[in-house]
Amino acid sequence: MLKIKDLKAQVEDNQILNGINLDINAGEVHAIMGPNGSGKSTLSSVIAGREDYEVTDGAIDFDGEDLLDLDPEERALKGIFLSFQYPVEIPGVTVSNFIKTAINESRKGRGEEPMEAREMLAKMREKSALLEMDKSYLSRSLNEGFSGGEKKRNEIFQMAMLEPKLAILDETDSGLDIDALRIVANGVNKLRSKDNAVVIITHYQRLLDYIKPDYVHVLYQGKIVKSGGPELAHELEERGYDWIKAENA
Amino acid sequence: MSDEILDEITASDYKYGFTTDIESDKVPPGLNEEVIRMISAKKNEPEWMLEWRLDAFRIWSEMEEPEWPNVTYEKPDFQAISYYSAPKQKKELGSLDEVDPELLKTFERLGISLDEQKRLSGVAMDVVVDSVSVATTFKKTLAEKGIIFCSMSEAIQEHPELVRKHLGTIVPKRDNFYAALNSAVFTDGSFCYIPKGVRCPMELSTYFRINEAGTGQFERTLVVADARSYVSYLEGCTAPSRDENQLHAAVVELIAMDDAEIKYSTVQNWYPGDAEGKGGVFNFVTKRGLCERNAKISWTQVETGSAVTWKYPSCILKGDHSVGEFYSVAVTNKYQQADTGTKMIHLGKNTKSTIISKGISAGKSHNSYRGLVRVGARAENARNFSQCDSLLMGDQCGAHTFPYIEAQHPTAQIEHEATTSKIGEDQLFYCNQRGIGTEEAIALIVNGYCKEVLNQLPMEFAVEAQKLLEVSLEGSVG
Repeated sequence: MLKIKDLKAQVEDNQILNGINLDINAGEVHAIMGPNGSGKSTLSSVIAGREDYEVTDGAIDFDGEDLLDLDPEERALKGIFLSFQYPVEIPGVTVSNFIKTAINESRKGRGEEPMEAREMLAKMREKSALLEMDKSYLSRSLNEGFSGGEKKRNEIFQMAMLEPKLAILDETDSGLDIDALRIVANGVNKLRSKDNAVVIITHYQRLLDYIKPDYVHVLYQGKIVKSGGPELAHELEERGYDWIKAENA
Repeated sequence: MSDEILDEITASDYKYGFTTDIESDKVPPGLNEEVIRMISAKKNEPEWMLEWRLDAFRIWSEMEEPEWPNVTYEKPDFQAISYYSAPKQKKELGSLDEVDPELLKTFERLGISLDEQKRLSGVAMDVVVDSVSVATTFKKTLAEKGIIFCSMSEAIQEHPELVRKHLGTIVPKRDNFYAALNSAVFTDGSFCYIPKGVRCPMELSTYFRINEAGTGQFERTLVVADARSYVSYLEGCTAPSRDENQLHAAVVELIAMDDAEIKYSTVQNWYPGDAEGKGGVFNFVTKRGLCERNAKISWTQVETGSAVTWKYPSCILKGDHSVGEFYSVAVTNKYQQADTGTKMIHLGKNTKSTIISKGISAGKSHNSYRGLVRVGARAENARNFSQCDSLLMGDQCGAHTFPYIEAQHPTAQIEHEATTSKIGEDQLFYCNQRGIGTEEAIALIVNGYCKEVLNQLPMEFAVEAQKLLEVSLEGSVG
């Protein structure tokens, strides 16, 4: 589904990604871990197409298409979803209006008719229930005055509404208490299928107790320096990142 | 935001830029007592009206054009303007079928076909093209309730006692330069009277449009809501595109007697000039309302047009417990300049006012909020809340806030909040990532930002206002 080849990227002349190679297939869950500043969030931004990041070398192929040629909204239409580490506030725009616009703009972009109001409403009810969100969420301004946990839950709610092929969760676990973590993980698990894939970017093992990854990768200094199964996450939890740093010194 | 996006946004065209080929009856350019006599005679006015105009003209002749607004423009040559332009068709119109088909076409292009309006929205409209009111609908339904809703010319003929009693009481002739000019030369406008205890069953609406080249539009509106009555009044404005600057100097006076309520909504979309700042309407308007005991006046405005705007819809809270509200969205783009806000004059006890102002600046435009909150010496327990927000798009525009506060009573409670924000890359990227294109994203963010004001507009107007906001900020992102 997603093939990243020798990807190098910079922000304002700072080289951050130094040749990433990663293959992700439908049905898989990948976890990307690593110490602060290793390039985890940069990788997610580059995949989503954020303008400030300049790709200097390499390629990203998504379902046989060169992703780097596409605008962020075109990538979204192809089924790429990013759960933001810091979701933005849009005052005066309700959660329901925002998601309605997102769904209908995506449908328009794919040449489809807008979703029927009744279907939309039913879907919103279903997905907000899945994330144990109170009904009042839908009529609040997007992320305005939301707690950290509410923002993250709202990201996963949007993911559930948009049903992406590839979901990238960028530190979705940060700022979540244990109950919210369970709810969010539960939401993600319910959305997993053989047709979609999930990339989890995290510092900690704890989210991976709830969402079981097939592969764990360690990112350090802009490169994937180690890959393994779920046991690698446990090893990192026990030993920290120092041994990784030492190995790659 | 990238320059490319800005360029695209800034490049949108004026959708209402067409002129209508209607024969019109126009007075030669220039302003002197003769011209005023001619206007008055053409309108077959009584002697007192002519005298009133001539008095205003003498006052105006001695006044200087004001310099204090935060706008720069080439001052109009008042001798080059034609002060009267009426579509040439004088006979009485009983129904829309008798209206000049060309004129009806104009309305259709504006998206305000009268038939539609009549049938769908139950809105009674008094349409002013250039200076003469050409069609008034629903008059009969209103008449049954004793409501008078007609053109100002007609009111002068049919209800001289009401006009004479109230005209110029809220905005006196010598109030300011443009109010004096308007008093001398106003050619039409709307008049509305709601009798005691009557709740007007429909929104009253007027659509203004400047058609004739080189004409000024000086309409005069007077709304009188008698004790315990209620009326919601809508006003929409459009002008075709022209190279030269057209002058629009209107005066609106509202009178809310004891326990009455007036809701006055404006969607202003005069031609803003082209991408280089050439042409466009000078919109110099005086709007003011008086609240008697326990009365309420609420101004809502969505201002997207005009090259230069200069306008402060105000409330004089004379009666105890009276309430004034001002909700405003002002959008400037390209080279537009707006200096707009309100004045809340608290005179009575326990008076309350609310000001919500949302400015949006794009392109190379300048957008100023100017507002006065004055609490008089007898205004015990007066309260005001003001919120002035500015939204900037790009780095070539300006937003300015000039709040004036004068409190002469120790119990006054005045709150002022102000914010300035930019549509951020972060917000746009967030929307893009959800499949929402940049242009749609801007519309979404702007509409959200203006929501508190848009919510104040009657339904059908809110939809139009939303579209206008999108049009005035949209580009052709392809």
